[in-house]
Amino acid sequence: MAPRSIVIGMLAFLLAAAVAPALPTWLVSLATVAFANALVVLGLVILWRAGLVPFGQALYYAVGAYSVALITRYSGVRDVLAMLAAAAALSGLVGYLTGFLLARYREIFFSMLSLALSMILYGVLVKTETLGSTDGFHVDSPTYFGAAPQGGMRLLVLFWLVLACCSLSALLVSLYFRSVAGALAIPARDSEIRLEFLGVSVNRLIHLNLVIAATLAGIGGALAAIAVEHVDPDMSYWTTSGGFVFVTILAGAGSVAAAFVGSLLFELLKSIAYDVLPGTWQIFLGAVLLLTILFLPGGIGSLFMRRRRPEPAS
Amino acid sequence: MSAILAVRGLQKTFGSVVAARDINVAVPPLQTVGIIGANGAGKTTFVNMITGHLRPSKGTIVFCDRDITGRPSREITRLGIARSFQIPQIFQSLSVFENMCAATAIAHAAGGLPAQLLTPWRAPGSLRQAEAALELFRIARYRDTPAATLPQGVRKLLDIAMAVAGSPRLLLLDEPTSGITIEEKFELMDVVMSALKDRGITVLFVEHDMDIVARYADRVLAFYDGAVIADGSPAQALADPRIQELISGPQLKPATRSAGHA
Repeated sequence: MAPRSIVIGMLAFLLAAAVAPALPTWLVSLATVAFANALVVLGLVILWRAGLVPFGQALYYAVGAYSVALITRYSGVRDVLAMLAAAAALSGLVGYLTGFLLARYREIFFSMLSLALSMILYGVLVKTETLGSTDGFHVDSPTYFGAAPQGGMRLLVLFWLVLACCSLSALLVSLYFRSVAGALAIPARDSEIRLEFLGVSVNRLIHLNLVIAATLAGIGGALAAIAVEHVDPDMSYWTTSGGFVFVTILAGAGSVAAAFVGSLLFELLKSIAYDVLPGTWQIFLGAVLLLTILFLPGGIGSLFMRRRRPEPAS
Repeated sequence: MSAILAVRGLQKTFGSVVAARDINVAVPPLQTVGIIGANGAGKTTFVNMITGHLRPSKGTIVFCDRDITGRPSREITRLGIARSFQIPQIFQSLSVFENMCAATAIAHAAGGLPAQLLTPWRAPGSLRQAEAALELFRIARYRDTPAATLPQGVRKLLDIAMAVAGSPRLLLLDEPTSGITIEEKFELMDVVMSALKDRGITVLFVEHDMDIVARYADRVLAFYDGAVIADGSPAQALADPRIQELISGPQLKPATRSAGHA
């Protein structure tokens, strides 16, 4: 049983990789950041299914970003996979530790606690000279299996790496949603009591989702830091977290693919808004969010997830 | 030790309120026990303590020779005690079939989180079991109905069907017939009891309707003010003047009952 949606999604990533050399630089650059951020949104989609909306997911995004930044600053390691692995491990670890606290809370209490934790990191980053303080610091270009591409190739190779990370994450998350543990998120949102009395620990389930979402956010932050070659405390600020929630609403929590389409659309809208309304671009984005909530409450995902019927037993 | 469930000296206090006082009960396997009592008599507190929803203040609960006093509910569930709820606990945003699938999939993925990660949600075995359970509890025609829109009787049946998915040895039903019409009560209990029959499940059910108790229970536990004031056969217990005074009211003439439900 190879689900069709997974195959289509993987083909879409391959297509994006294939056409990239023909695309204008600004678009590849925009898509690189968009897909890096889409990994954070994918994590939010996972939590959203369980009824949780973190207002502080930028915490893990910044942990991932600062991990690669600190590696290039204080060590000789330049291998991109080693850097990503370190970022994923560290953000996952932070997600695991904060999860002991967060997994016990729901609804607005969860959201605000998540926000509070991210603002603690923001405070630390702003006040710490060795971490670059308010200015942040530069991130050196990584090497790809020993090679250090230059010029136009640098961007292209990075874009391919981002696509590889995204397709792998999308595949794993799709498989996760098809497992009992992944599918239990929606029941957990509906009735925790019933789940507990079926023998499931809802807190452990949510803890697992928190770690997955944190790891994805960390990888996203690491890729974004490599893409913009700079990190600063704003990456952990609550407006960054709010942006991820914005995209999640735009994308809708219905599907894995929506996280990527939504994130790309968001970056495109933002750059159009910058061009058309340089001083007041937020009004444009606000209007888009309003229209999404009014006319497409299920987000973009609901457009290609219209029919949601259980498959008959074979 | 022949009892499947043995409760000794069980006590529960909420501040100055005593919700359970010195309860001693031993239930042999395969018995069907009706629990009666006025509102606030401690019936649900008793069920909640056995299923780990509440921690007893004193006393012990032994299930299959294992002390389960104060264990978390999910652990007790895994040991083989399941329950249904007075207000059915079903997953509102899923269909009836998906609700049932959730219960059977969890039963198939025994072994906690690692097993749940490695077991597919739509495994053929658990889907088949879910279909069979809907047939057994006679709710298959609601298969694709969203749970949020179900009639109360179907919600109750689904709740019980989900509780039974894990093949428990002991099942506690908290007011299985509350909130549904008198005509439907017997139908529901017939469906439930025939589904549970032959499965080797010991049943404790909380019930306000004495006709239901008289028909389905092998034994009656009567609660009053947190204590068990009568423990015996339904005929014995329901004829007890104290029970009639405190719980059931004057006994109905048998003719009334058979006229209604023959």
